[in-house]
Amino acid sequence: MFKIIRREEMAQGTVILNEIEAPRIASKAKPGQFVILKANETGERIPLTISDSDAAKGTITIIYMVVGKSTALFKELQVGDAFQDVIGPLGKPTHIEKLGNVVCVGGGTGVAVLYPITRGFKQAGNNVTSIIGARNKDLLILEDKMKAASDEFHVCTDDGSYGHKGFVTEVLEDVLKNNKISLVVAIGPVPMMKFVSKITKNYNVKTLVSLNPIMIDGTGMCGGCRVSVGGKTQFACVDGPEFDGHEVDYDALMTRLSAYQEDEKKAYEDHCRMSGNK
Amino acid sequence: MAEKTAKKEKIERQPMPEQPAEVRRRNFEEVPLGYTEEMAVMEAQRCLQCKKPACVTGCPVGVSIPDFIKCIAEKDFKGAIRKIWEKNALPAVCGRVCPQEMQCEGQCIVGKKDKPVAIGNLERFVADMARNAGSDEVPEKAAPTGKRVAVVGSGPSGLTVAGDLLLKGHDVTLFEAFHKTGGVLIYGIPEFRLPKAIVASEVAGLEKLGLKIECNMVVGSIVSIDELFEEGYDAVFIGVGAGLPRFLNIPGEDLIGIYSANEYLTRANLMKGYKFPEYDTPIIRGKDVIVFGAGNVSMDSARTAMRLGADRVRIVYRRSREEMPARGAEIHHAEEEGIEFHLLTAPVRFIGDEKGRLKQLEGLKMELGEPDASGRRRPVPIEGSEFLIDCDLAVVAVGANANPLLTQSDKEITLNKWGYIVADEETGKTTKKGVWAGGDIVTGSATVILAMGAGRKAANSIHDYLTIGW
Repeated sequence: MFKIIRREEMAQGTVILNEIEAPRIASKAKPGQFVILKANETGERIPLTISDSDAAKGTITIIYMVVGKSTALFKELQVGDAFQDVIGPLGKPTHIEKLGNVVCVGGGTGVAVLYPITRGFKQAGNNVTSIIGARNKDLLILEDKMKAASDEFHVCTDDGSYGHKGFVTEVLEDVLKNNKISLVVAIGPVPMMKFVSKITKNYNVKTLVSLNPIMIDGTGMCGGCRVSVGGKTQFACVDGPEFDGHEVDYDALMTRLSAYQEDEKKAYEDHCRMSGNK
Repeated sequence: MAEKTAKKEKIERQPMPEQPAEVRRRNFEEVPLGYTEEMAVMEAQRCLQCKKPACVTGCPVGVSIPDFIKCIAEKDFKGAIRKIWEKNALPAVCGRVCPQEMQCEGQCIVGKKDKPVAIGNLERFVADMARNAGSDEVPEKAAPTGKRVAVVGSGPSGLTVAGDLLLKGHDVTLFEAFHKTGGVLIYGIPEFRLPKAIVASEVAGLEKLGLKIECNMVVGSIVSIDELFEEGYDAVFIGVGAGLPRFLNIPGEDLIGIYSANEYLTRANLMKGYKFPEYDTPIIRGKDVIVFGAGNVSMDSARTAMRLGADRVRIVYRRSREEMPARGAEIHHAEEEGIEFHLLTAPVRFIGDEKGRLKQLEGLKMELGEPDASGRRRPVPIEGSEFLIDCDLAVVAVGANANPLLTQSDKEITLNKWGYIVADEETGKTTKKGVWAGGDIVTGSATVILAMGAGRKAANSIHDYLTIGW
């Protein structure tokens, strides 16, 4: 069992932070890696990228958006409760090195995954520009932490309730126009990563994206997380989760992510009805 | 003697009672129902008690087959299970999933003129009887040696190594990457062929012998082999299975509705997707299902699809019936349940609808040409024979490649050109001191009993190392 020792609600309760006791995982976890969590006996295995880890304290932190039955079950777990299973660290860590100017672009809960990577690039001596976005001000997460880990910092909201009104891609284009950038790291919804990659390709700037496809085991066995990268089939769990943003087939990825939409919708609605929510 | 033999051959091989095909094809209950005591005793009397038993040479773990069958004939069922336990810690599993017709029963002398003695059915009977009796009796164990062994992977090879070394008095810890133990016995082989309660009970038997189990441990990521030695383990056995599923590499393979057999069976078995929404993991329930490949895993996938409500399930295989690698009983059961076989047929591409869901398969007919390097006649495409068939679910069961997760984390373990671990055939020793390997991560995809055979050899070698030296 993996006990929750800290729990926070963010973005008006739509995003949850859990700090979990997992000393063995914490001692090995590196930025960019993920874990698979299972709430209880009948639960699904859900992959989530590690947002932070503390080897001394023996904990890892995950941040997730409540989108279906499984994450709704996670949300019900309080401090002192436990996940039945946590497996990891899985996937390849981000290759962090000193490159010069690095831009980190995050959208939605992707910012949670982006944060340890941003901090890593900053600590490695890079000049880091961060651009984070959300639909509105209330849905923004980790603003202070991202700001502290960046040399230059931008916020965008779709509705203009905070920072730049519009998409992260618009601010990114400005940054690319006026600076010599060595690397862009983009983590967020698939359409965001797709459009960031489109722009950076025009500027010929190397781009890393972190993918979160459907998977079961996370160790290379099921092949459910296969993505097409540069025309080749890759498994996000063992070959990724980070890939060259210019090579990923985002449309195929989006299609595959929709595989269980109807089942998931029904399971979530049934769950909400049973637990009296909404 | 001649008279006695003639008398014995009069007893017909006792058929295994089974759920009728039209009932079982829609449920997940076990297909064979098991022998009654009378049937088992009757069947046991068919054994000739050969002085040089060929059946034993056909068994990868060398079970003393005539001895345990003699016990059954004498109704000494406790004696029978003790005889089996001497060589096999997982008899309830082996009685169900071994390809007996290629092993013990394939060698049986009775089988030369008549049907062979039903060794697998008898093994299963004895194991089930011992389990159902609920006795706490466990095999006898040697005095503690104080040596610690880490077994990585809880599939058939790992469980065999663990069982053998526990009996020899060593302290064994089993590391499993999944949240449940059993490896392929749990995620791969379906409930209707191997009930999960039986696997759990065999593992519980090892726990009674002192086995320690750590699940959710992806060795290679969370802990390295060297760190296991630093933690005080004296020897390590690697039995992590084959891993990465192979795909067909044809256009359209990323469409929704195309699974690797690993994913399909893991969703159904380990995650209990067939009980969705009681269990949270969804699984696509196809109406028109195509399964590629003709091994045991294909049969398991096809029969699972039938149980999940398919109207039609077709197995597509590019070679002919003779080359189908599946166990005879599995092919027979699949046919009885209405699975169709489309042999000498190759896939060309998948076609999807506007939502990216599988809609059709384009296939091609093949014919047998000249023999290839393996001596089998090579299937060659018949020009202009392309055809389309409707399907909404496809399962690809054409084997696996080596999983690099553990092996790439340790440079001292030598791999062959396919990424499998190089291990000595007789001992299972790898190129790294104190480390053994066996099962699919050495041989590539094979059977449960071959993995157990490799586990047996490795366990003997590990014991020698711990008591004598490398």
